[in-house]
Amino acid sequence: MTNEIIQFRNVTKQYDDDPAVLDNVSFEIERGKFYTLLGPSGCGKTTILRLIAGFTEASEGDIYFNGKKINDVPANKRQVNTVFQDYALFPHLNVFENVAFGLRIKKMKNTEIQIKVKEALSFVNLEGYETREIRDMSGGQRQRVAIARAIVNEPEVILLDEPLSALDLKLRTEMQYELRELQRRLGITFIFVTHDQEEALAMSDEIFVLNKGKIQQSGTPIDIYDEPINRFVADFIGESNIVEGSMIKDYLVEFVGGQFECVDRGLNPDEPVEVVIRPEDLEITTLERGKLKVRVDSQLFRGVHYEISCYDIYGNEWLVHSTKRAAVGDEIGLYFDPEAIHVMRFGESEADFDRRLEAYTHGVVHEQ
Amino acid sequence: MNNKITQNLYLLPYALWIVLFVIAPLLLVLYYSFFDIEGHFSLMNYMNFFTPVYMKMAFSSFWYAFLITFISLIFAYPTAYLLTKTRHKQLWLLLIIVPSWINLLLKAYAFLGIFGTKGIANSFLEAIGVGSKQILFTDFSFIFVSVYIFIPFMILPIFNSLNEMNPSLLDAANDLGASKWTTFRRVIFPLTINGVKSGCQVVFIPALSLFMLTRLIAGNRVITLGTAIEQHFLVTRDWGMGSTIAVFLIIIMFLIMSVTGNRKRGV
Repeated sequence: MTNEIIQFRNVTKQYDDDPAVLDNVSFEIERGKFYTLLGPSGCGKTTILRLIAGFTEASEGDIYFNGKKINDVPANKRQVNTVFQDYALFPHLNVFENVAFGLRIKKMKNTEIQIKVKEALSFVNLEGYETREIRDMSGGQRQRVAIARAIVNEPEVILLDEPLSALDLKLRTEMQYELRELQRRLGITFIFVTHDQEEALAMSDEIFVLNKGKIQQSGTPIDIYDEPINRFVADFIGESNIVEGSMIKDYLVEFVGGQFECVDRGLNPDEPVEVVIRPEDLEITTLERGKLKVRVDSQLFRGVHYEISCYDIYGNEWLVHSTKRAAVGDEIGLYFDPEAIHVMRFGESEADFDRRLEAYTHGVVHEQ
Repeated sequence: MNNKITQNLYLLPYALWIVLFVIAPLLLVLYYSFFDIEGHFSLMNYMNFFTPVYMKMAFSSFWYAFLITFISLIFAYPTAYLLTKTRHKQLWLLLIIVPSWINLLLKAYAFLGIFGTKGIANSFLEAIGVGSKQILFTDFSFIFVSVYIFIPFMILPIFNSLNEMNPSLLDAANDLGASKWTTFRRVIFPLTINGVKSGCQVVFIPALSLFMLTRLIAGNRVITLGTAIEQHFLVTRDWGMGSTIAVFLIIIMFLIMSVTGNRKRGV
């Protein structure tokens, strides 16, 4: 038996003559992992969720669930349950009846329903709330009821549509831990939709970054953060300094008027590239030691660090995260390691990108 | 202090209105109900009301009001549901409401023309080969016209409650395994029950005391409490008995209101 539970094959979703919401998307979801669909609003992430749930139909392409094509299976016959963005709890039913809804439809015995609902509620730390009305519950509690209502049906996949977006920051962080923990305990597949990159990085086994109806990049949070495939991903996930440059030869890249040692190879000589350096990889130092010379433009205190905005003589902005203060207006040097440089080719496909990265890692192993 | 006085001042027109046009007439009706036709104080009217003649009238009032309400509901619910699905719902809703702006009497006369022996309805029946029928002055025409007149008042509250419903609740029910019918039974209907209740209220209560339609469309074949009140006041001049019937109608209306009253649920 394969480990794939959901498979999209060349799926396109289009309304009338509007541009496709989802443009020829293919991917696989493995059993028991925490997936995140990440992207700005309108990127198609919720559409993927609705296609899996069965609330909408694909215009083209096939969707497989456990190896069976499910394009024509109605939503109420699919082995998935959804946690909705607005929770969609039934206002005329109390907590118990909300959670029991799916079980009652399955005509389960009352005694069994009692046990299962109790269990589901204890999973989300809501024991004793059975007889509460939904309107008497806080946002965080409603959230938990919605999760309990989904897990009580023991689906193979749970879909979560931006479920944390209505909560305040502290509660949101708390729920991130709880959701992750819950997924581990239940061992079922979670597909989580969000536009919050921090949420995605913190919770996921795998992230799909989407933009304009296409998957830009997929991978573990670390892969995506450290090795973004293109400017969109680099920009969307975390803060980035992105400048244009060119690859002189293997391990040597030129940008902002200097040549710098890097760890990338396998590109064509003098190929134009984009270079990413994360703000936390830049270190403030003296002009002599610095690889870049910049002037400090502004500085914000962010709590954990200072966010310092600097400009080089070409007018590129360099964002630095540093625990040290800088003085606005000063000329300073910025230092970075060769590993801090990440080189992106223009228009590289995800497959080519993965192959290239694979080659470095193997290369490194050989050289050692 | 001053503020309170101004606040009470604002209430004055409303209070005056209520006293003059609601409380005073009700008390007058109650007062008249205790006098017989000769103007002597008596409880005879109340005893008369419980005789078979009036009981039968009360029963037929209820029966017709029930039929009118029930048939209105059966047509109004699907209509309201379809309305919420249309693209220009406010426009369609307006078209349904517009007839209720036209005077009741005008509409009744229009139906006299339509349902008459030489009316459009009969021409149609003849054209399809059924042949001319007596339509006017039947139970059918009475109920048909009543439903026609009341149905906008049934559609409106149901439409509003359907429209207020969060559409993701339907997705949620579907997601949890409910079929279309189960979703309706377990989610849509319970959530719109308040709209149904207020619709039934605004149809049933006026339908109880209909009298103009009973005469014009039903040709006095249908005798309801409304007709009886009209007859007592205008024909027999027995104001006492008319008032007694009115007192009972008012009591019944209050009973219905309290039974179908809305318990507000948070959504």
